[in-house]
Amino acid sequence: MTKAANTPAGELMSGAKMLLECLVREGVDVIFGYPGGVTLPFYDALYDHPIRHVLVRHEQNAAFAAQGYARSTGKVGVCCATSGPGATNLVTGLVDAMMDSIPIVALTGQVSTKLIGSDAFQEADTFGITRSATKHNFLVKTVAELPQILHEAFYIAASGRPGPVLVDIPKDVFQGQGHYSPVSSIHLPGYKLYTEGHTGQIRRAAQMIWEAERPMVYAGGGIIHADAAAELRELVEIVDAPAVTTLMGIGAMPGTHPNYISMPGMHGSYAANMGMYESDLLIALGVRFDDRVTGRLGSFAPHAKVIHVDIDPSEISKIRTADLPIVGDVKRVLEKLNRVLEELKPEMQPKKSAGRIAWWKQIRTWKEEHPLEPSYSLDEIKPQHLISEIDKISKGEAIVCTDVGQHQMWSAQLIRFNAPRLWINSGGLGSMGFGLPSALGAQYANPDKLVFAICGDGGFQMSIPELATLVNYGLPVKIVVMNNGYLGMVRQWQELFYNNRLSQVTLDNFPDASQLAGAYGFKGRTVARPEDLRAALDEAVADPGPYLLNVLVSPNENVYPMVPAGGAINEMVLGPPQPVAV
Amino acid sequence: MQQVISLLVENKTGALMRITGVLVARGYNIESLTVAKTLDPTLSRMTITVDVEPKLRPQVIKQMNKLINVLQATDLTESPSVAREMLLLRVRTTMESRTAVLKEAEIFGARVVDSSVEGFAIEATGDPEKLDEFIDVMRSYGEIDVTRSGLLAVPLDQKKLRLAPPIVRGAAPIEEVHYEKELV
Repeated sequence: MTKAANTPAGELMSGAKMLLECLVREGVDVIFGYPGGVTLPFYDALYDHPIRHVLVRHEQNAAFAAQGYARSTGKVGVCCATSGPGATNLVTGLVDAMMDSIPIVALTGQVSTKLIGSDAFQEADTFGITRSATKHNFLVKTVAELPQILHEAFYIAASGRPGPVLVDIPKDVFQGQGHYSPVSSIHLPGYKLYTEGHTGQIRRAAQMIWEAERPMVYAGGGIIHADAAAELRELVEIVDAPAVTTLMGIGAMPGTHPNYISMPGMHGSYAANMGMYESDLLIALGVRFDDRVTGRLGSFAPHAKVIHVDIDPSEISKIRTADLPIVGDVKRVLEKLNRVLEELKPEMQPKKSAGRIAWWKQIRTWKEEHPLEPSYSLDEIKPQHLISEIDKISKGEAIVCTDVGQHQMWSAQLIRFNAPRLWINSGGLGSMGFGLPSALGAQYANPDKLVFAICGDGGFQMSIPELATLVNYGLPVKIVVMNNGYLGMVRQWQELFYNNRLSQVTLDNFPDASQLAGAYGFKGRTVARPEDLRAALDEAVADPGPYLLNVLVSPNENVYPMVPAGGAINEMVLGPPQPVAV
Repeated sequence: MQQVISLLVENKTGALMRITGVLVARGYNIESLTVAKTLDPTLSRMTITVDVEPKLRPQVIKQMNKLINVLQATDLTESPSVAREMLLLRVRTTMESRTAVLKEAEIFGARVVDSSVEGFAIEATGDPEKLDEFIDVMRSYGEIDVTRSGLLAVPLDQKKLRLAPPIVRGAAPIEEVHYEKELV
């Protein structure tokens, strides 16, 4: 490839056209966005350009939709907003992507370079505001530097630990003319990527794994980002170890795999939490020891040594000191680790086999004592009943996007996935209003897949504007509102920890689902009786278009098991207090 | 406890904001910060002193290294290094004590940079403790005003600077980098 400097000056074009050229070279097929004053030149160039644009109804949802696209495909999602309020509306979506390490590139318009700093109309310090909301951000100052910056942005977003990158582009940069020649190389001397795990450390890890009696694989979102699910499964099968996946890691192991336990943490299963607690070796893969997983840190896995594999050195020993750290791409590390494990297996496996048998017996006992299972009632629809029906319909194949709260936890507990990139939720930031727009992006990227947006009645009401977008682009998302008339998770905490003083958690006046959907031109209905539930879900799935199913569930159900905030993970509350016999 | 960090940084818009932003967002209080270009004008050298628990020191360095504009972050708190600070001090003196003030300045190796009937402006360099003592001594002669530069530090052993190679678009990136720090 010839260097840019040696090629004759390229074709003369506007910055806006140049931007589109770069997006094509990055393989971008769709932008989720919303136009405005300073992005006019860009939208004019887009008018007759093959890159498609999805006009969302709020910029925050552009960022969530780009995330749904990125989370379901692994490709970089792109969103676009104008200066000032457009850019500030993106911020929640950017921080959300930052917390869950999702590769998106956000393009924002900025007032002309001459006006920057003059408090111009719709001016905001986007570069400053999004500094902590992004993995990296850029302010483009000249047309000449635009292509280089664009490609750097995509490279940073997708490589290493993925994350959101924002490029702020002033109006005169869009309008200015420059000679475009394709960028042949980019150079980020300070961008430190550590992908190959240390060979000696990997060998030591393999020895520790065979020497452990009670190993537990603790896998997270890093497995999904690295496309390492096959390698994870191979590891688990070579060692015959039990595995838990975090909220972000759900789908990294097939939900029906015999070695798969479930999710650990605040609303994790009894077996997963007891397993973590009693383990003598945690094999932590692409996880960050989030407080929702560890509970009280002093009582987290107190008997365990920790092998921690992560691509981001700053995650190693940030929360829990790693006895054996390996910095690297978890896929590459697992490829090597699996070979060493196999090599050592004949010699080392027999030594601990008695201990391993006892360990599995213990885990099975825990699973049987307190399984995660749906509860049913003849009088009302239990939320768990609803979620387990969706699990049955999905058969592990559908994409499920959720909002944040009780329905998210029940979905994480009860829906099983056969593959990664099907389970999409806002894990780290916990953004309400995430479910519907992320489902929009996921459905756009996967037109042939069944996509559910499971929302609470709170989160759904934050995303109602996007119903128009679904219809607009023919996206047949199945919206299931788990409607308990409350901000359920907050109500649960008020009940358990604030003497049931229910403060500002009642959500009255939920709109009629069939009228609401009808107003947008698609079907919807409300279902309240358990005997009608399955038929209603089947009808929603069979409908060719989007569908809004409002499910009235028992209002006072709480999510269990529950580790109270600051509690130890082996001290779960397993269910509501039982009535005492008099 | 104070941690002394030396940073080699790309001289780009916003680099300083990113560095101070990360420190503030993680709750580390910045005690002093100095920045200037290096011999290579595209790079800057910063010395930052932060107030941080000793066990968090590696995390601070990792957070700094994570920034794309930071080429190298080094913890100088306990590694061989020389640290100096400069101060400019104005002292009002009586006519009687002028000679004594000059004598004290000489003892501390400080230089008078301005003299007037009201007193002196004095420049001193040294390690921060020495400058503290100098301030105490000068205060005993009269009213003083002090401006300190913040700590400047240079490591005595050269750490190898590892830079990411250029990436050719369309080709597989060269990623044979091992992270060898923090091994057991």
